Amino acid sequence: MKFVDEFRDGDLARRLCSEIDRLSRGQSLKIMEICGGHTHTIYKHGIEDVLPPNIDMVHGPGCPVCVLPMGRIDDAIAIARQPGVIFVTFGDMMRVPGSKSSLLDARAEGADVRFVYSPLDALKIAHQNPDKQVVFFAIGFETTAPSTAVTLLRAQAEKIKNFSVFCNHVLVIPAIQAILDSPDMRLDGFLGPGHVCMVIGMRPFAFVARDYRKPVVLSGFEPLDIIQSVYMTVKQLDEGRREVENQYARVVRPEGNLKALEAMEKTMEGRPFFEWRGLGFISHSALKLRPEFAEWDAEKRFEVPGIRVADPPACQCGEVLKGAIKPWECKVFGTACTPETPIGTCMVSSEGACAAYFNYGRFSLAAQRNRLPVIDLTAPTGANLKDS
Amino acid sequence: MCLGIPGQIIEFVDDQNNLARVEVSGVKRNVNVSLLRGEIGPGDWVLIHVGFAMSKLDEREAQETLKLLYEMGRAYQDELLMLEKSQLE
Ligand code: SF4
Repeated sequence: MKFVDEFRDGDLARRLCSEIDRLSRGQSLKIMEICGGHTHTIYKHGIEDVLPPNIDMVHGPGCPVCVLPMGRIDDAIAIARQPGVIFVTFGDMMRVPGSKSSLLDARAEGADVRFVYSPLDALKIAHQNPDKQVVFFAIGFETTAPSTAVTLLRAQAEKIKNFSVFCNHVLVIPAIQAILDSPDMRLDGFLGPGHVCMVIGMRPFAFVARDYRKPVVLSGFEPLDIIQSVYMTVKQLDEGRREVENQYARVVRPEGNLKALEAMEKTMEGRPFFEWRGLGFISHSALKLRPEFAEWDAEKRFEVPGIRVADPPACQCGEVLKGAIKPWECKVFGTACTPETPIGTCMVSSEGACAAYFNYGRFSLAAQRNRLPVIDLTAPTGANLKDS
Repeated sequence: MCLGIPGQIIEFVDDQNNLARVEVSGVKRNVNVSLLRGEIGPGDWVLIHVGFAMSKLDEREAQETLKLLYEMGRAYQDELLMLEKSQLE
């Protein structure tokens, strides 16, 4: 698409950054990008290096691979190891460590684990292997859940008996609420996850502006989208506005995608609570299949251990996911924990903050910058813009 | 995982299963269009995520965003120019 190039115009980016600099007047601002896709763009294109130094991008919990707790990975591996099962997953999940091994290890030991691009590919595998049980490892936020939903509806319509879904879909809004309620978090604004918004629309974010008095700008994924969204956030703060704004109007309709919401509604319902890595148990933060779809529910069809496992002691993914520390501040970052030998989840998926830092080599520069003692002589102590 | 790729609809190929052929940066493949049923046709741009067309890409909105960005860039440049010209004593 021809305008993709234009969304990467470096000159324009620099000019926008000068505007951000002017509007923020040197005050230190923490803006959380919720989505791992944004984190990826930020490091791939070195956006932190062009933003004024007083703007701190805090990475949120929006990488569905990263937030899955270890116990669920163990459950997945337990299903994959059952005889006669073909376990189908997105490629991102293969290396994620469970308490003892990963799906990749399970495959090396003989389990039939395959990775695909779409849940519909998993359904096709079920068609092709009528004598096997095909289980799809469904992960992802509201962006991905509708695809699982439509696949389930098709499995139901075609009466496919050897297909089921291990449902781990999580919801973005409860996670944002948990972060806003967490006492150690001080944020000045949010970049909303553009592709989740294309499904759920703008309205679910209204409480952030109304009840917590923080700006939310729903943002696209090109470098200029992110920079413009930061600009819009800073502008809201400067003008004393607290609103949900849509920077990504070329994709996000205010009402979202009603057909997608309807498909989710037909097939899935909320779980009373779900454990998130780093954030702990959050109520109504995940989806499971409705009782009408019990036939296609892997949790009903297979024995899963369902045991809660604590993260390894060296792992600080929880703090990274909450934005409490930066990836390079984790003790094992880049030494014991690398994309080749990940200890935590944030190093596995390319949308994980640790992997993004590692892969794009920003960490040395960022670490250097951050380890210098920074004393801001202009701002009064602890002043964040317009405390609310 | 949460990223999407823009593609252009070429034609509908399987009405029952809501499949359409799309071109994604030179590659042609089938995607499921059930979530945009009745809203799109050949020639339209859509955002594709895990094999599903999720949202119609609004080219006009995209151009608007760019125009806004460019204008902002220009406004700022003009301001700089003015600043350079001003000779306050
Ligand atoms: S470096 Fe590894 S263990 Fe530490 S937070 Fe990142 S992914 Fe987790």
